[in-house]
Amino acid sequence: MNLGLMLDALVVLPSGVGLTLTLTVLSLTAGFLVSVPLAFMRAFGRPGLSLAVLSYTYVIRGTPMLVQLFLLYYGLSQIAAVRASIFWVILRDPFWCALLTFSLNSAAHTTEILCRGLQSVPKGVTEAATSLGLKRFQIARLVTFPIAFRISLPAYGNEVVGMIKGSSLASTVTLLEITGMARQMVSTTFAPYEIFIVAGAIYLSLTSIAVKATQLLERWLSTDGNRVHRRKARLRPALPDPEITTPLP
Amino acid sequence: MGGFTTQFVVALIVTISLALVSGCLGTAFGLFLAISKGTAQPRLNSVVTAYTTVVRGVPELLIILLIYFGGTTLASKIAGRYVEVNAFTAGVIALSVVFSGYATEVFRGAIAAVPAGQTEAAKSLGLNAWQRWMFVIGPQMLRLALPAYGNLWISLFKDTALVSIVGLTDIMRVAYVGAGSLRAPLTFYLAASALYLSLTTVTLLSIRLAERRYPALGR
Repeated sequence: MNLGLMLDALVVLPSGVGLTLTLTVLSLTAGFLVSVPLAFMRAFGRPGLSLAVLSYTYVIRGTPMLVQLFLLYYGLSQIAAVRASIFWVILRDPFWCALLTFSLNSAAHTTEILCRGLQSVPKGVTEAATSLGLKRFQIARLVTFPIAFRISLPAYGNEVVGMIKGSSLASTVTLLEITGMARQMVSTTFAPYEIFIVAGAIYLSLTSIAVKATQLLERWLSTDGNRVHRRKARLRPALPDPEITTPLP
Repeated sequence: MGGFTTQFVVALIVTISLALVSGCLGTAFGLFLAISKGTAQPRLNSVVTAYTTVVRGVPELLIILLIYFGGTTLASKIAGRYVEVNAFTAGVIALSVVFSGYATEVFRGAIAAVPAGQTEAAKSLGLNAWQRWMFVIGPQMLRLALPAYGNLWISLFKDTALVSIVGLTDIMRVAYVGAGSLRAPLTFYLAASALYLSLTTVTLLSIRLAERRYPALGR
């Protein structure tokens, strides 16, 4: 163990944190936005529509993200039409390829997570909302989705952690995020131990923060909290009896 | 594709054996950690928790790189000359470590989900610790763990692709080489995706069968 090298790594590697976080946050955001309508289609859509969404999530979740990344980064250039189109400016850039891959992945995972949440919303709640005269979109926006989101939050936390870890694949298409920086440093210093351990520690702190943040969000959104929450509870729908809504194991 | 078909067949065998070896090792180690976490003293408990936290919080790719390059450095230092760690060995170690980290948590959760009354009843029947694990807690725990455990196997098959980065000639590596030499990346990566998808599908189907054969008791 060379402590000096570890200190060097501790100085150099954090400059890759920015790219890691950019990739993670952007792909999680894009994935979430895409997955909300997809999850509704998957959970409540007509059988054909549900099956179409399932085939998307199944293929994406059944193949390694590395293959998808290489398929987009190297594979698309084989199609002449893609190279001629205006999208080529974006698709030949490793950053956008990585971002696109991660977003597609995150969308597929989040769709399945939210779908399971939507399906475990008790029927009585939606029936009550219907009997109150709410329209279908209102029910989805005000009743079903908030409850489903709370049910899915623990699983979504895992997805956030998975995305932080998955963003390390960007180093395989020449991007210099934390892993990319570490690999570059290793190739010049030939000290794999020190540098990869420091990189691992940085990832560990990032994922720990993500885990803590989801736990805080869970507590903040839970309706049986302290007085502040009870005062605001009027504004948001209360979670039904936890007996009914325990997420699937 | 030409002569790459045979290479893909060999690579498929490499991928499957990598996954099977590391999955079995990871399961054994995870089971051991989960049992020792449930029974032993608090200090060992926190060591196991630290292990699972670190393994689950660090990218798989980084663990593979660390074990491959770090292992080579370590082995060279011990042997006194340059020794290169085999990519397959490094892959097996790295993937077993990852698998065991997740499996520990899955098994621990399943053990906790077996009602305490079962252990008490087994004790009152005069079964010793070994018999309690073998005949009372074990069978119930495994059934409870099955769905989550199956997901681990699916992730494991996908994670094997990462070992190609350190040079193991698995499906991903053959696709990479083929794509480069025949200048047909789309074809080769689509073929690789199809192979991985069929592997995960087979895994998923066998888990579903196992779940149907061994449903969780009392649900």
